[in-house]
Amino acid sequence: MSTEATIDSVSDTPECHTAVLGGEGQVEAVGPNMLARTLIRPPTGWQLVNLRELWRYRELLFFLAWRDVKVRYKQTVLGAAWAVLQPALMMVVFSIFFGRLAHVDSGGLPYPLFVFAGLLPWTLFATAIASAGNSVVGSERLITKIYFPRLAIPFAAVGAALVDFLVAFGMLVVLMFWYRVPPTWGLMVVPVLVALFTLAALGVGTLLAALNVAYRDFRYVIPFLVQLWMFATPSIYMNTEEGSGFRVQERVQGSGFRVQQSDEPLSTNPKSKIENPKLLHSLLALNPLTGLVASFRAAVLGGPLPWSMLGWSSLEVVASLLVGCLYFRRVEDSFADII
Amino acid sequence: MLSAISVRNLGKRYRVGRGAARGSYRTLRESLARAASAPLRRLRGETHGAGEDFWALQDVSFDVQPGEVLGIIGRNGAGKSTLLKILSRITKPTFGEVEVNGRVGSLLEVGTGFHPELTGRENIYMNGSILGMSRREIDRRFDEIVSFAEVEQFLDTPVKRYSSGMYVRLAFAVAAHLEPEILVVDEVLAVGDADFQKKCLGRMRDVSRSGRTVLFVSHNIACIESLCDRCCHFAGGRLLRVGPCLDVVRKYYESSQTATDGFVELSWHKGRTSGSSPVMRSVELRDDLERPVRQVCMGEALTVRVGFVAPQTIRQPVLGVVVKTSLGAPVFGVNNRFIPGFELDCSSPQAALECRLEPLPLMPGIYWIDLWFGDAHRDIDVVYEAASFEVTAADIFGSGKLPPSSAGPVAWPATWRLCESLVEKQHA
Repeated sequence: MSTEATIDSVSDTPECHTAVLGGEGQVEAVGPNMLARTLIRPPTGWQLVNLRELWRYRELLFFLAWRDVKVRYKQTVLGAAWAVLQPALMMVVFSIFFGRLAHVDSGGLPYPLFVFAGLLPWTLFATAIASAGNSVVGSERLITKIYFPRLAIPFAAVGAALVDFLVAFGMLVVLMFWYRVPPTWGLMVVPVLVALFTLAALGVGTLLAALNVAYRDFRYVIPFLVQLWMFATPSIYMNTEEGSGFRVQERVQGSGFRVQQSDEPLSTNPKSKIENPKLLHSLLALNPLTGLVASFRAAVLGGPLPWSMLGWSSLEVVASLLVGCLYFRRVEDSFADII
Repeated sequence: MLSAISVRNLGKRYRVGRGAARGSYRTLRESLARAASAPLRRLRGETHGAGEDFWALQDVSFDVQPGEVLGIIGRNGAGKSTLLKILSRITKPTFGEVEVNGRVGSLLEVGTGFHPELTGRENIYMNGSILGMSRREIDRRFDEIVSFAEVEQFLDTPVKRYSSGMYVRLAFAVAAHLEPEILVVDEVLAVGDADFQKKCLGRMRDVSRSGRTVLFVSHNIACIESLCDRCCHFAGGRLLRVGPCLDVVRKYYESSQTATDGFVELSWHKGRTSGSSPVMRSVELRDDLERPVRQVCMGEALTVRVGFVAPQTIRQPVLGVVVKTSLGAPVFGVNNRFIPGFELDCSSPQAALECRLEPLPLMPGIYWIDLWFGDAHRDIDVVYEAASFEVTAADIFGSGKLPPSSAGPVAWPATWRLCESLVEKQHA
């Protein structure tokens, strides 16, 4: 009964031209009176990522990531050193167990350096998807109380992981100095690779985040997934295809430098040979991180870049980004109702 | 003129019941099970939605003009919060559409995004950017925010060490300096102590006077009355009426009770305290002409008549009446147990008891009545907010003017005189 309600029909003044961009209900345009016009409509299903809106909210994205970083190291004695310590300690553990005890092949590279160069981007990806996956559920108060592009939440979580990565990258530089691995032109590709890792994490992270809202099972799935994925990724061991490419580094034979002798054969260690490498290979190749980690290691430590693997991985990254973001956008309208 | 907000046939449905309960989430197993049993259910001819539908909003249409301050009232579950959530784009409607012209700032809670580990300064930036302020905007208003919140000394202290008062002050301060064209506010004034509430209310008044469009949801009718031009009354997800604030508020009071015409059934009243035996059955408000009323003019008397049915005869029935403002602050109370000369002698277990409140020195507004019924020694039945009445304005001072409502709920006669001779004596 809205008889008493004054229903003035909106007389769209002719001088107010507002453009309708996309049918998804958030229409932004500025009329002559400089008022942003918004239409709020029922959800229409699949919708594209509103990049323009995300860009307008870039400061919020920055602040969310900044808060994540800041809060993570508040009241810790070591602070941001943890970003370095985590992969460093893992490197030590893996060096002892895989390098020393299991003699995992590292293509002639010092195993600690080899494993660190693999763990570093892996840690970026793993922390990013884990924290992005739980980010939306953890931001219940924000989501039920205020509007902003929901994608900002998992994006910010990935951004915070990226900050950790950059800090830990310093450690890699130190290790390279220590083992006298000279930088190569391959380093130029590193930013591209980091971008690919980030995009992969965005894709998987947003997908997990969206699924986690509807199905809290993913709270338990995510840690398990990360662990499983780690072993499916040649970050602590070497993909045989990749290994053959590494040559013994030509060490600088300068006066003050220690020359490392490499008496060990360069070929793959017979102990680590696998029964059916072909099948395992094709399975490993399905994992987009295989190509990315291999490329990262090659770029940093001076091996030849596995271009075909990288190309395949990039395709998969784009696909995961599309799936993740689109699914997120599809269900984000219901977040506030079901979270 | 282009409306600031124009709402058309808005509807919002929630699924309640199994599977997709409102406020709960599904688990994967349930979803899979549902998907697996879907063909079976279809065979059995069951309808698609196993859960019931709950319409939080239905068929709501209204317009808000630029610069207007619109109040939204209604009981819990009337759909007010859902409406605000849709307007601030937190959730999407199921039907209808809303056209909003202008930047919307919504304040459904103060301190959204505050993190206890961050310092006051950091939280100002964090919260500001969540509310939609740019960093430059926050920089510019930073000092204002800090001085409004009165937390200068604690800017670099994590807010987890703040007192709850400081926390709320800071949170509101950030929100209060939001400058959108359209402001959507939900009950945020219900936090903090009385002083702070007053400050917030003042700030809200400033905002509404600055020509911005404000949508304001509150249970505090006095706030609504003092801030809003127009008012919407929601009930059961529908817009009952919208119109000038006072009219709607009056109708709201009428509808918020079981009966009109000043008669209220008390047998099942929700304001009855636990431990009371339901002896009072009804309360009726009458004016001096014995007419049942909901309104009295300032300076008119009001009679409260309570009908009671007791298990046995109550020899000396006692009726206490407490009159409270719409904010719940008691104004005065009377009780014939304390006031001598009214020891009543009753010989029947059921009767009616009247208490005549002499001409009421109350300012215009809504007032509530609490009732205390007992015998000479103890209270038997207590019902809070048993009835309400409205005092309408009258020119009691003969000047055509009344003190502002901020001067309190009582209109009190007073006299003035000038004492020039005294001053001269003192100075001489």
